[in-house]
Amino acid sequence: MGRKLLLEHINVPGINTFDVYRSKGGYAAVEKALKALTPEEVVEEVKKSGLRGRGGAGFPTGMKWSFLAKPEGVARYLVCNADESEPGTFKDRYLMTYIPHLLIEGMIVASYALGAKTSYIYVRGEMMPQIRILERAIAEAKNAGFLGKNILGTGYELELYVQPGGGAYICGEETALLESLEGKRGNPRIKPPFPAIAGLYGCPTVVNNVESIAAVVPIINEGGEEYAKVGIGRSTGTKLISAGGNVKNPGVYEIDLGLPVEEFLYSDEYCGGIANGKRLKAVVAGGSSVPILPANLFLKTINNEPRLMSYESLAEGGFVSGTMMGSGGFIAFDEDQCIVRNTWNFARFYHHESCGQCSPCREGTGWMEKVLHRLENGHGKASDMDLLVDVSKKIEGNTICPLGDAAAWPVASAIRHFRDEFEWHVTNAAEAVTRNYGIAHYADPLPKKEEVTT
Amino acid sequence: MLRVEDVVQTPVEFSPGLLNQFADVVSRYPKDKQKSALLPILHLVQAELGWLSAPAMDKVAEYLKLQPIEVYEVASFYSMYFLRPQGKYMLEVCRTGPCCLVGAEKIMDHISEKLGVEEGEVTADGMFSWRGVECLAACGFGPVLQIGPEYTFYEKLTNESVDQLIDDLKAKANN
Repeated sequence: MGRKLLLEHINVPGINTFDVYRSKGGYAAVEKALKALTPEEVVEEVKKSGLRGRGGAGFPTGMKWSFLAKPEGVARYLVCNADESEPGTFKDRYLMTYIPHLLIEGMIVASYALGAKTSYIYVRGEMMPQIRILERAIAEAKNAGFLGKNILGTGYELELYVQPGGGAYICGEETALLESLEGKRGNPRIKPPFPAIAGLYGCPTVVNNVESIAAVVPIINEGGEEYAKVGIGRSTGTKLISAGGNVKNPGVYEIDLGLPVEEFLYSDEYCGGIANGKRLKAVVAGGSSVPILPANLFLKTINNEPRLMSYESLAEGGFVSGTMMGSGGFIAFDEDQCIVRNTWNFARFYHHESCGQCSPCREGTGWMEKVLHRLENGHGKASDMDLLVDVSKKIEGNTICPLGDAAAWPVASAIRHFRDEFEWHVTNAAEAVTRNYGIAHYADPLPKKEEVTT
Repeated sequence: MLRVEDVVQTPVEFSPGLLNQFADVVSRYPKDKQKSALLPILHLVQAELGWLSAPAMDKVAEYLKLQPIEVYEVASFYSMYFLRPQGKYMLEVCRTGPCCLVGAEKIMDHISEKLGVEEGEVTADGMFSWRGVECLAACGFGPVLQIGPEYTFYEKLTNESVDQLIDDLKAKANN
């Protein structure tokens, strides 16, 4: 069992309150950073930790921080991206609900490192209960002298505010989030300039995911080098994985990066295998945007090596036979699930969430949804699969923000790996409406948990 | 049933309590950046009035020193803002992939049948409406639904738990 760096105290009664959190060593990272380290040294520790953005892109957090422009007399901002909306991902909600002070503590340390005097946590509007939890936690921290003017007598001052979104997946994209925080529609901005140069109100800004900011706390407490000892290769530290779909034990798990996927999926410590004694058909490993993989390619790479829960191993094989870590939204599909129906569902999601700025995405996501809808409902044509691949290629890379790619990849990968199931929907149209295709040749090569040795 | 046509011209006045909340929100941003308060203020208005009528949005524009169009374009972009009246309780069921793997579509069918209205419609007594919404970030606990303006969350729904929830809400409203 790996060490828990973020969720160690998650089951302590009252850990959502300041006093209990503090009694478990909480806010030690603030004391250490503000009293013993310069802002530059904090950035250096985060760089040494090798922490990569936990929101999906996996960009090194320390490097992102070091790009922040620091012109004289201009405010700098830290904005936490808590607009968790990637289908399959629910780790940030979990963290904010049960251990909100970890995020507040991380925000104080990160704001200090970046020289921000006002920071915002942009929470998706639907999470009103979490907004109330965070506002209470902020009030508690302020009351204890960890926010406001002259924090711990160090002269550093910080105000922290929670901003609700309005219900738009696109606001998880950092420049759309900044637009939204400025009170506008969530239309992503053209980059450059990147937020590090011109972000919120045109000022230098860093936008980080909830989990990335929370991870700063153990990094400062233990040191960047110690943190980097956890994990494997360039995938350092621990990662929160949201396990859902047809797994036996859905929930949020903190894993050491590098854990074999087979262990994660079948061990009782984590997912406990597939629910109701069914077999695994497919997995979406990192949220709906990443390519779907059939069970055999998910468990083993194309070179027949066990796949690991790490940025590199999940991506091994590129998009031909691999996928991505993404945000850690792990969705398992059992043998009864219809890939065509799910692909249509995801396509509808992206069509609904496209902001409408770029024609390829605005129109293309709608076309994909319609074509997939007719396939699923028994009106598909033999040429539809090529049409879908064609549309997805015309979206990918041709839009301002990555939503276009995120819409194209699930469709393209589903056809790549499950083409026979799509074709079956055309040739057996009437049957496809009432019955699912089943599991076919891409069946789980390791169907029974008992056979798995860990 | 309240119709858009009937209320669209009804002038709106914000209560002093609501105006105090507005002022608190505006204080979070730098000087002259009060437009940032738009999304939070629209949530407050909707919680008070149930939906965002044109006069309500105009009043917000006036308060924040914005053009009305700046408010309309935001209110129409984000899915949480209602531009027409809804039932007192709006049941919003997650309809995205992971929840569908565990039966969200059947739950929506059941709600539709139980309430006797289609998605987006309001029951005759004005009490309920329902709709499918996109991923609510609770994929491990699906099917899920939420009810504004508090956005109370209900997880691992079954037909029975949905019946219970609707009956409880009816009982609550009748007291």
